[in-house]
Amino acid sequence: MTGVHLFGLAGAALVGCGVYGLLMAPGALGRILAFNILGGGVFLIFGVVARRGAGAGFGADPVPQALVITGIVVAFCATALAAALLVRLSAVDAEVARDGEKEKET
Amino acid sequence: MSLLASAFTLVFVAAGIGFFAAGTLGLVRLPGTLSRIHALTKADNVGLALIVLGLLPQAASVLDAAKMVAIWLLAQLASGAVAQVMAEAVMAEATLAEAKDAGDAAPPEESRP
Amino acid sequence: MSLLFDAVLCLLLLAGALGVVATGAARAAVIAFIGYGLLLGLAWVRLAAVDVALTEIAIGSGISGVVLLRCVRALPATPKAPAPNPLLRPLAAMVSIAIAVALGAAVLALPEPAPSRAADVATALPATDLGNPVTGVLLVFRALDTLLEKVVLLLSLVGVWALSRDPACRGRPDPLSLEPAPAPSAFLARVLAPVGVLVGLYLLWAGADHPGGAFQSGAVLAAMGLLLVMGDQIRIPATQNRGLRLMLLAGPFGFLAVGFAGWATAGVFLGYPPGAEKAVIIAVEVAITLSIAVTLGLIVLGPPAGEERS
Repeated sequence: MTGVHLFGLAGAALVGCGVYGLLMAPGALGRILAFNILGGGVFLIFGVVARRGAGAGFGADPVPQALVITGIVVAFCATALAAALLVRLSAVDAEVARDGEKEKET
Repeated sequence: MSLLASAFTLVFVAAGIGFFAAGTLGLVRLPGTLSRIHALTKADNVGLALIVLGLLPQAASVLDAAKMVAIWLLAQLASGAVAQVMAEAVMAEATLAEAKDAGDAAPPEESRP
Repeated sequence: MSLLFDAVLCLLLLAGALGVVATGAARAAVIAFIGYGLLLGLAWVRLAAVDVALTEIAIGSGISGVVLLRCVRALPATPKAPAPNPLLRPLAAMVSIAIAVALGAAVLALPEPAPSRAADVATALPATDLGNPVTGVLLVFRALDTLLEKVVLLLSLVGVWALSRDPACRGRPDPLSLEPAPAPSAFLARVLAPVGVLVGLYLLWAGADHPGGAFQSGAVLAAMGLLLVMGDQIRIPATQNRGLRLMLLAGPFGFLAVGFAGWATAGVFLGYPPGAEKAVIIAVEVAITLSIAVTLGLIVLGPPAGEERS
């Protein structure tokens, strides 16, 4: 049992946290956050694989590291798009509600 | 010589950690946003200064030492300015609430996009 | 001693993640998420992956955090959703724990000795003239991933802009705040932005041989741009601005052009001309850094509000 394994176990637990959040979060924003935590856990397990593959003078295998960097950026893209959709959706909802109230008044 | 440097580092880093702990305690325990900001920024800036100072003898080169000092200066600048911005936001909110209580201010509805 | 540090860090990470998931308030959850991202960055340093740590802190915690905080502010304080079926909660907890336990068992059962491509990278790296193996993998050995990821970033911005009320996506995004910037913000923008731009350019330059690179640099430059916007030092650019759109396209399309040119110069797609590898790699890095910086900034600013009525 070394520090590297410890981070692997933490990654597994983070994935568990993320799955729970995805299933139980009360709102869409909570699900976006949970999805990011899940992703963080998966990346951390990648990091453990990279650290275990240290060699040839590198502190960690650079291939999984590069994959994780790409993954972080792609996860950000998905998060940003989801957040923008959520904001637009709530604006549309508010408009619909306002129109409905107006119709009731007339 | 190296023993002296190590002792210097130990003393200053320990003192820095003490300040950080005090600042965090203030953040958690003090009432009100303003006093929390005060505790956090003041104590943490001193704490960071002590830790950087303590680590200076351990730096491998003058350039490394300069980088650590630059980090401290940047953190100082950012935390000082952010504390001011947050404090202004708190004050603005308080004035808004007061005005609302007095009933002579329009509800801030039109300020929402 | 370091095992103790790692254990405390892992526990803090878990506490942060649980805090995000368990907090009902949206704003508190996002702030907990930003803290969680910083802790995750520390974990990456402990795993000897400093490039990943920089990316996680800059993009995964910093820029994502700003996007999510803006999202919280734009959302109405929604009334509490009806309480879910009481059976659902323990069921979800059981499923999550089962997944975590299975993954944990898999981590403990990882093969010994660990498979690694580090030796292959070390053999091939001298041909690229780069000193940082991660930059080598990103821009040479797995360049296709990086190229496609640039396209994903651009598509994400296209997606955000598609949510504009203006079908032609013109105009400026809504300002971050309707009030004029407080004096400290303006001061911070004036003092910090030049230093931050320098740090961003340094990260780009150092990325060839030390931790750093296009993403980290682009994220820092984007942050400086946002700081200037928040301090009222520059105006949010209009999205129909041709220079702006060229900057958005320079990275992905410049990279693609170099990729096609690879057929002529090196005989393979995304090959670099022999003898001039480092110069071309740095040119590609500069182009993608510019595009990353502008794209990230514009993603944070959100969809354009349509042509201004004059």
